[in-house]
Amino acid sequence: MNDSLSSKPFSNKLSRRKLITSGLATVAGVTALGAAAKVAQKYGLVPPDHGGFWGPGETLNYASQRLLTRHSLAREFSRSQISKPPFPNEIPPFNDAFKKLQAGGFADWRLTVDGMVARPASFSLDQLKSFPSRSQITMVQCEEGWSYIAEWIGVPLSHVLDVVGILPQAKYVVYFSIDRDWWDSIDMDDALHPQTFLTYGMNGDTLPVGNGGPLRLRVPRQLGYKSVKFITHLTVTDNLKAFGKGLGSASPEGGYAWYAGI
Amino acid sequence: MISHPRFYWGETGNDLTQPLFKIPIPSSRALVPSGYGYVLPDQNGWSRYLHFQTAWVVVFTGLLYVIFGLLTGHFRKNVFPREDDRSWRAFANAVAGHLRFQRPGTEEAWSYNLLQRLSYLFVIFVLFPFEIWTGLAMSPAFVSAVPAAVTLLGGQQSARTLHLFVSLALVLFVLVHVFMIFLAGFRSRMRAMITGAKITGRAGSETERT
Repeated sequence: MNDSLSSKPFSNKLSRRKLITSGLATVAGVTALGAAAKVAQKYGLVPPDHGGFWGPGETLNYASQRLLTRHSLAREFSRSQISKPPFPNEIPPFNDAFKKLQAGGFADWRLTVDGMVARPASFSLDQLKSFPSRSQITMVQCEEGWSYIAEWIGVPLSHVLDVVGILPQAKYVVYFSIDRDWWDSIDMDDALHPQTFLTYGMNGDTLPVGNGGPLRLRVPRQLGYKSVKFITHLTVTDNLKAFGKGLGSASPEGGYAWYAGI
Repeated sequence: MISHPRFYWGETGNDLTQPLFKIPIPSSRALVPSGYGYVLPDQNGWSRYLHFQTAWVVVFTGLLYVIFGLLTGHFRKNVFPREDDRSWRAFANAVAGHLRFQRPGTEEAWSYNLLQRLSYLFVIFVLFPFEIWTGLAMSPAFVSAVPAAVTLLGGQQSARTLHLFVSLALVLFVLVHVFMIFLAGFRSRMRAMITGAKITGRAGSETERT
């Protein structure tokens, strides 16, 4: 730098000025980005799959929609808008554990709740049904493009979380299907949301296996793949790093976004 | 589109309901009755990431463009029709002239003509906003906060169908635009469009077509 400065004073004066201003701009930009990242982290606006090339887009999706939708309710429909028949999507082959429980009419199906809770517990379907039952007529919307409307009957997840007593530092609820390759997680805004249900019924009847029976978590403000079928296990946590590859769910491991509000 | 090449009108649509129309391509999902005997590989994961990341780029650069276009008078000077062109007669003349393949006058060759200005206005202030609106109307989280965004369009599947048509209109605009530039002198105009440099050489001259 200094060598060339002495030989070509004019052009390098410019380049030095340029260097200083662009340097200052870079420092200011990085500082601002760092500050923004800190604020975003503090208010829970950074998704667990924020790394990598697609991180900026995913973070903007999640942060902007969280700010806009923290308390909003998914659209509900009238009974006459229910799709007949409800569409059962493709399901991977059932494992032996599922087939055994199915042969017994799901009488032995259990939902285990553990992690950052005061009273870890395991519930049978009958116990879940003894909790206050709620219903909602909402849309299942798949990222593929299709959709259907159904009445979903179940217990709000917030009620089950109340029963087990979540600890104040809880940040996410991780949920697992009986097929262990199939798991996902939601933040506490969605976990405590009044329309997030553990559903065991559909359209006035029990929930068909094709639609996720005997137990499916419904997250109606996100696309269908967040509503994982055949739920057997919930874990409350403050850190998703310990689960799978630490990206928050099986979806980012398969190339799909963790946050599916859009 | 490849994972579900069926389009519907209203709130819902799936393999069990009647589509408005089908796109005659094979699908990347086994359940979709596409009429083909095979299933394409799934490309939805990365294409959704790409779609939303570029959508943010479009929103940010689009906002900058519109703000600066308004502040610097670019829209007033170059995009809104000139004062003497703001009549049906001027519009009819311009259309008739185009249909007769009249060569543009020298003045017109250095500026945007009336039809060009009208199509730019339509793309900037109608097609782009409508594409963003129909896209957001498909987001279950966005419409939980702003339900009118989807009900005004007639439902979530209507929004998807409209989103497809508007995106096709935008692609058509780009193709026609690049084709016209090709006719008018490809290199100088492409350079001018991308870098903002002044157009050099006579518009439409043979040398520019090489």
